[in-house]
Parts: sequence; C-alpha cells; structure tokens
Amino acid sequence: MMGSENQQLLEEPHEEMENLALDGDDLSHAKSYSDYRSAMSSISESYHPLSSPRSSSPALNNNNNNTINNNSSSSSGYSDPLLSSSPSYRDLRKNPSVSDHAFLDPPSYADPFDEAAAAAAANGGSDGHDDAIDAGSESESFSSSAAEFLKISVSSPLKEQENSSNSLVPGGNTYVTYLIETRTNMPEFGAAAFGVRRRFRDVVTLADRLAEAYRGFFIPPRPDKNVVESQVMQKQEFVEQRRVALEKYLCRLAAHPVIRKSDELRVFLQVQGKLPLPVTTDVASRMLDGAVKLPRQLFGEQGSVVAPHEAVQPAKGGRDLLRIFKELKQAVVNDWSGARPAVVEEDKEFMEKKEKIQDLEQQLSTTSQQAEALVKAQQDMGETMGELGLAFIKLTKFETEEAVYNSQRIRAADTRSVATAAVKASRFYRESNAQTVKHLDTLHEYLGLMLAVHSAFSDRSSALLTVQTLSSELSSLHSRAEKLDAASSKIFGGDKSRVRKMEELRETIRVTEDAKSCALKEYERIKENNRNELERLDRERRDDFLSMLKGFVINQVGYAEKIANVWAKVAEEMSSYGKENI
Amino acid sequence: MISTQRSLSGSSQSPRSPSSQPFLSVSVTDPVKLGNGVQAYISYRVITKTNLPEYQGPEKIVIRRYSDFVWLRDRLAEKYKGIFIPPLPEKSAVEKFRFSVEFIEMRRQALDVFVNRIASHPELKQSEDLRTFLQEDEETMERARSLEIGIFKKKPADLMQIFKDVQSKVSDVVLGKEKPVEESNPEYEKLKHYIFELEDHLAEAQKQAFRLVKRHKELGQSLADFGKAVKLLGACEGNSLGKAFSDLGTKSELLSIKLQKEAHNLLMNFEEPLKDYVRAVQSIKATMADRANAFKQQCELAEATKLKEINLDKLMLIRSDRVGEAEFEYKELKAESEEATRRFELIVKLMNEEIVRFQEQKTSDMGLAFHEFAKGQAKLANDIADAWRSLLPKLEVCSSPDK
Repeated sequence: MMGSENQQLLEEPHEEMENLALDGDDLSHAKSYSDYRSAMSSISESYHPLSSPRSSSPALNNNNNNTINNNSSSSSGYSDPLLSSSPSYRDLRKNPSVSDHAFLDPPSYADPFDEAAAAAAANGGSDGHDDAIDAGSESESFSSSAAEFLKISVSSPLKEQENSSNSLVPGGNTYVTYLIETRTNMPEFGAAAFGVRRRFRDVVTLADRLAEAYRGFFIPPRPDKNVVESQVMQKQEFVEQRRVALEKYLCRLAAHPVIRKSDELRVFLQVQGKLPLPVTTDVASRMLDGAVKLPRQLFGEQGSVVAPHEAVQPAKGGRDLLRIFKELKQAVVNDWSGARPAVVEEDKEFMEKKEKIQDLEQQLSTTSQQAEALVKAQQDMGETMGELGLAFIKLTKFETEEAVYNSQRIRAADTRSVATAAVKASRFYRESNAQTVKHLDTLHEYLGLMLAVHSAFSDRSSALLTVQTLSSELSSLHSRAEKLDAASSKIFGGDKSRVRKMEELRETIRVTEDAKSCALKEYERIKENNRNELERLDRERRDDFLSMLKGFVINQVGYAEKIANVWAKVAEEMSSYGKENI
Repeated sequence: MISTQRSLSGSSQSPRSPSSQPFLSVSVTDPVKLGNGVQAYISYRVITKTNLPEYQGPEKIVIRRYSDFVWLRDRLAEKYKGIFIPPLPEKSAVEKFRFSVEFIEMRRQALDVFVNRIASHPELKQSEDLRTFLQEDEETMERARSLEIGIFKKKPADLMQIFKDVQSKVSDVVLGKEKPVEESNPEYEKLKHYIFELEDHLAEAQKQAFRLVKRHKELGQSLADFGKAVKLLGACEGNSLGKAFSDLGTKSELLSIKLQKEAHNLLMNFEEPLKDYVRAVQSIKATMADRANAFKQQCELAEATKLKEINLDKLMLIRSDRVGEAEFEYKELKAESEEATRRFELIVKLMNEEIVRFQEQKTSDMGLAFHEFAKGQAKLANDIADAWRSLLPKLEVCSSPDK
C-alpha cells in the first residue's frame, strides 16, 4: 500500500515549490486579470453613460430613502458627492431618450428625426436585454435551484473614521464602508431582506475564510486590494469601481451552488456590527510566531509532530515553520527524484483535464483581448460616424442660410439626408456596442474564473504534498524504530532510557499515522470537490458560451439590419445622381 | 461630373457616331512607376478620342507625368482669369516615396477628372495649351515644361507689375495711406464670405470622412484578429460548441475582408470627392485673388490716367511744348486703363457664369458621392447582417441537448 501510494504521490513536482513560496502568490494572476477589467470598464465608461450597463439589481435602486436598518454612521456632509454617482447613473439607464438628447444637441429643424431615433432606440431591444442581464447578474446561470434566490446589491459608499488614537494626523484614518443589501428566500437566512455595512477589509477576510473552508472548490476571486494612498481611495471614480466590483463578487458567490449556503457568506451578509470571522494575520506576524516556536521544535521538545487536525490545513497559511520546511523539502525530493509515477487511471484523467484547462485559459485570454479591441473599434466607428454627421449638419445649415441658387438648396437638402442618416447610424453603432460589451463580458468572466480553478488545483497539490510529507516522515520514523529495536535487543535487560525513547517513538508514529490518514481523507475530499467543480464548469461554460454566441449574433444582426435600412433609404433618395453617370 | 473613364463635352451623343456632333473624350490610365529612388515618378497614358478638326486624328495616346498636368493648370490659370480652373491633386512630397497602390489610384482618378473637366468646359476646351498637352510628344512636352519654371515663367510686364505692387505697398505704408482699394459690391462680399466659410465646413467634413475610412480599416483588422482568436478557442473547446466558435471565427474573418473593401470604396468614392470639393473652393479663392488684382490695377490705372489728364490740361493751358509728349503718354495710359477695365469686367462676367456652373456641378458631384456612400454603407450592413444571420440555425441546433 505504501509503495503504490508513494508512486502515486510523486507526481506534480513543480507546483509545490510555487505554493510554498512565502510571498503572496495571488497577486500576479490577479493583476493581469484586473488590467483587462479596468480597461474594459474605462472603454465602456468613457463615451456614453448608456454603453456601460452595470449588473445591478434594479429592485434595490435609489437607496437614499431606503428604510433598511443599518448601524452605519448617518449621512455626514461627506456622503453626498459619493452618493450622487450611483443613483443618478441608474436613472440614466432607465431613461435612454433623456440622456440621448443631452448628448447630441440637434439643430431645431432636425427634431422630427430625433423622435424617430429615440423610438428606434427604444425598439432596439436593448431594454429587453437589459432585463435579461439583470436577471443574469442576480443568479447568473450557475444557480442550481432556480426557486431559491439570493439577490445582493452594494451601494451607498460612506466615509467613516477609525476611532483610534493611534493616528498622528487628526482624523487621519478614514475608510469607506458600503451598504450591502440582501433579498432572499433561502431558509438558512431566516429573514427575507436585510442589510449591513461592510468595509473592504471585511471582504478580504470573507474571501480568506472561504478559501480555507472550501478547498478544492472554484471560489470566485475577490476584487483586488489596490495598495494605494488613502487619497486615491477617496476618489469618486475609484470608489464607484470598487462598489461595482464588490457587487459582482458577492453576486458570483451567491450564484455558486455550494458557497451560497456557507456560514461565512451568511454571516457576512447578515450579522450587524463587526464581522464575526477570524481575521487573517499577515504573513510577517505569522512567520514571527512560527519563528518563536521553531527552536523548540528543532530540539524535539514541542510541536514537531503534525497533529491530525492540523494535517487538514495547508502548511502555507499557518505558523508551523518546521512543517513548512518539511513540505518544502518533500517538494524538492519530488522534483528531483525523477521516479516515473505509475499510470493511475483517475489521476491521468485529471492531468488531461488540467492541461485542457490551461489551454482553455490561454485561448480565453487571447479571445478576451481581441474582444476588447473589437468593441473599441466599433465604438470608434460609431463615434466618427457621428462626427461626420455633425459636420454635415453644420454644412447643410450653412448652405441653407446662404443659398442663392436652387442647386445649392437641393444640395443642402441632400446633405441633410446624409447627415441625418449618419447620426442615426452612429447611435445604432453605439447601442449595438453596449450590448456587445455585455455579451462578450462572458469571456472575461470565465477568464477570471480561471484564477479560482488554479486556486482549487493548488489546494489539491498542497494537500497531496502534506500526505507525501507525512508519508516520508512515517517511513523515516519506522526506520528509526527498527534501528532502536535492533540496538536494544543486543543489550540484555534493556536500557531504561532506550525503552522510554522507544515508547515515545511509537507514540509519535501513532499520531503521525493518524495525521496521515486525516491528510489522506482531506486529499480525497479535495479531489472530489475538484472533480465536481470541473463537471459544473464544463456544463455551465457550455451553456454560457452558447448563449453568449447567440446573444452576440442576434444583436449584431439586429443592428446591422437597422443601419442597412437607414442607408438604403438615402441611397434610394440619391439614386437619380447615380443614373446620370453614363 | 466625376466620371472614371471618359466624359462627353456637352453633348450626350455616343462617340460611335462621329460625324454629327463634335466630341472630345479623354482618359488618364495605366499608371506606371518609372525611375529609381528619389527620382522615381509615375507616368500615365493619356488617351484622346475626338472628331474635332483642331486635333491630329481620331485617337491619340501620349505619356504624361504629374508635372505636365501642373504645367497645363498653370498655363490655363494665367490665360483664363475669371474661370475656376479645375483643381489638381496635391503634390505630396512625402507619399510620393511610398507610392502605395491606393495613392497611385487616387491620383490617377483625380488627374482623369481634372482633364475631363477642362475638356468639357466651354472656354477651356478650346485652349491651345490643352491641345499641346493632349497631343505633343514627350520631348516637346518636356521642353515646354522646362521653359516655365519658377520666376522665368512671368513675362516682363508681369515682373514690372510685381515690382510696382511692392513699390506701391511700401509707399502706402510710408505715406500712411489706407489699405489697397477693394470692391464695394455687397453681392460679391457675400460671395467671398460664403466661399471662405464653405472651405472650413468642407475641410471638416473631409477630415471626418478620412477618419471614417480609417475606422473601417481598423474595424476590419480587429474582426480578423477576433476571428482568429475565436477559432483557436473553438479548437480548444471541441464538440459542437467548438464548431460554433469556429464558424463564428470564419464569419468574422469574412467580414474583415468586406470591411477593407468598403474602406477602399469610401476612400475613392466619398472622401476623394469631398477633397476635390475643397480643392475646387481653393481654386475659386485663387480666382478671387486674380479679380482683386485686376480691380486694383483698374483703379490704379484709372487714377493715374486722371492725373495724367489733369496734367495735360494744365500743360495745354500754359501752351507748353511738352503737350505733344504728354498727350501721347496720356493716350497710352488711357488705353492701358481701358484694357485693365475690360480685363476686370471680363473676370466679373466670367465669375458670375462660373459660380452658377460651380454650384450645379457640385450638387451633382456630391449627389453622386452621397449615393455611392449610402449604397456602400447599406451593402456593408446587409453583408454583416447576412453573415451573422447564417450562424443562427447552427446555434439553435447546439442549444438542444447534445453533449
């Protein structure tokens, strides 16, 4: 049993090295992902409010007058500028024609076309799709039980003060809290609607606790920390971006069939006041704690044995330096041992799946980038078309005013037709693009999910490493026991100290065997989680991608037809000019 | 009218019945790059088909280069003051080195339009210089061209005029006189103001049109890249979803090609006509400068003549023996003044006719350009709709459960 186990456990060399690195390893992936996200949102924000719809639940709009109970500090003078951004944005989204008028100042004689364009915009199907997306964000397509819902919204960022006399600068330590409102019919919550105020630090805590409790699951990655100065923190744009990111994150958690039922999430969403989850200590203090213990461990006095309950946790996040070193050593041994692992059916399948996932991630990344470029190109097209239209409008106005000859009046009328069409087409391009952004967002979402997959896979590897380490330890303990046995049998009657040592050794072996069997169980559990999540990923990915493709195509067709009609009419009007050319 | 290959001079008769109606049809074709490096240039075949007696035979083919066209334009500008000389495409020192296919085609088209406009203008088509341009062999052409380089192209009288202009400007400034006299014709003022503002509006429209061409190219490129990436993603996914991605990618690449085509169409048939319109307005400005000069000359000579007359009368009164000389000078100056007045009035008359022609021509030029623009955009949008629509049935099939 040992032998086959050993062979089985000698795979996966490199990752262990990575995982045991003592620096934060979650930043590098996250950075590249967040680069996409910020680029995407800046594209969609920069031109027109309409083109960057947020996935927020409309039911919880207009939180200014919300009567949901919360113990946040009541609105100080600071809150207004921060508050003004969110609700007004949602208002804009509900009244597309209002904002359209604001954006384009049509000359007076162009009014009839403006109504037609607004009507066209309303018919564009954007409203219908908006609803679909809203429903989507609430429980995307991941939700296993459609009957149970869990809707979360994040709003009302407020500046709050840290009540500590530590700060040298008076009123210096401020932070932002967000109102997190939930509506649900899940029995676990015991209430239908409630709200709490949380700060970003609480979200980090939640994410860390979930990562510990749900090893092997594809846990949606949390928004980035952004180590910036507090001044930037207070900038409206940054706060708004973060609010959106938080909402997305919580909604994704709510959509995960297992995590939505977790205690951690429930407590985060529901418990008033301070978040009752243990805070993650930073790496430095953990290492310091571990360093204190280490000398005694090395002398074999204290805690050099991994207790069973510790074996189910990864070494990395803990304080046991000795254990970390041992596992590191094991990883090196794995790396350099060069032994060919026995081909085990189940693991081979896993390796194939893993490779496939890596390939998928690569392609997703490229496609996601190209999708962004495509969106930008369409946006530019719409913008330039609009500017062309405006230039022609000015020209036609000028010609009309200054017309002396009839030929001028005719030309002015022709120019106006083209100008009107160009402005209409420009609007259609932008509207179409707003939808395209939503559809192609699915690519970005799944790319983000790859982080979660990596995380889950590394949970598996580190659990495996623990088992391997304990195995090696066991085998070295056993060989020590044998030696001791052999030595003592030569001496008649036995040495009192040797007998004592033998007993201690046997005790250590027993504990270590227990630890190993716990670690093994944990490993199997994580493997099972991996497997289920992979299945879920494949299933849901297929559905989501198909609906993305359909949505994208239908949208493109719809708007292309509209644009074609606009130009066909103009071509028809101008057809007499074409025939004159013999 | 902008026609790509030929035009008919005023009559709608087909060139195949040569006997009755006079016709003159010209086309500029077959651009060929000659020479090496810095001295490289493009030569064009200019084909003339005509039944006019002044021309040597029914068909003539000559080889011309850009500077030959410039020569023709300059000669016409000199001789036909008051007429809006058709504009030439820009010299473009930079693009010349690159000589992209697009640039060459745009230039060829513009030159073709240029010659055809001359050949269909009632006055300009009778020009001797046009005949020289259309018929003489290359050597003669080159000689004619080199005679007209730089300042030597000005006749001595013109040189004197330039000198006098400078002189009078200086004396005006020194003596603190007012600005040179300008016409006080309210209609003409309105026209001047119209032309100047029109140029601004057109320049803006042309700028946006050029940008729109660029956007088409960019969108085409990004569709190609997107298509490629999607195909790779499809290969990764496999099964029917993979096939769906693959089909999407293929369509995307197809549309990319269509977009590049439309970009070219836009450039040649929409942006270029707008640019041509701007150039035409600039040509009008040149004519306006000619008119201003002619007016100034007329005023100055009229003024000088008056002074001479007063002087003559004075001399006659005192019975000076310089009367004869003065009378002779006076008569000469009077003739010059009358000539200047005639020149100016001719310009005014011509301009009035030209403006009407110009407005009509531009309405039909722009009408055609708008028609092409709208047609192109409609076709592109329809192609896009068709391409994406063709994917829907397959996507529907995928959605039905088949893992």
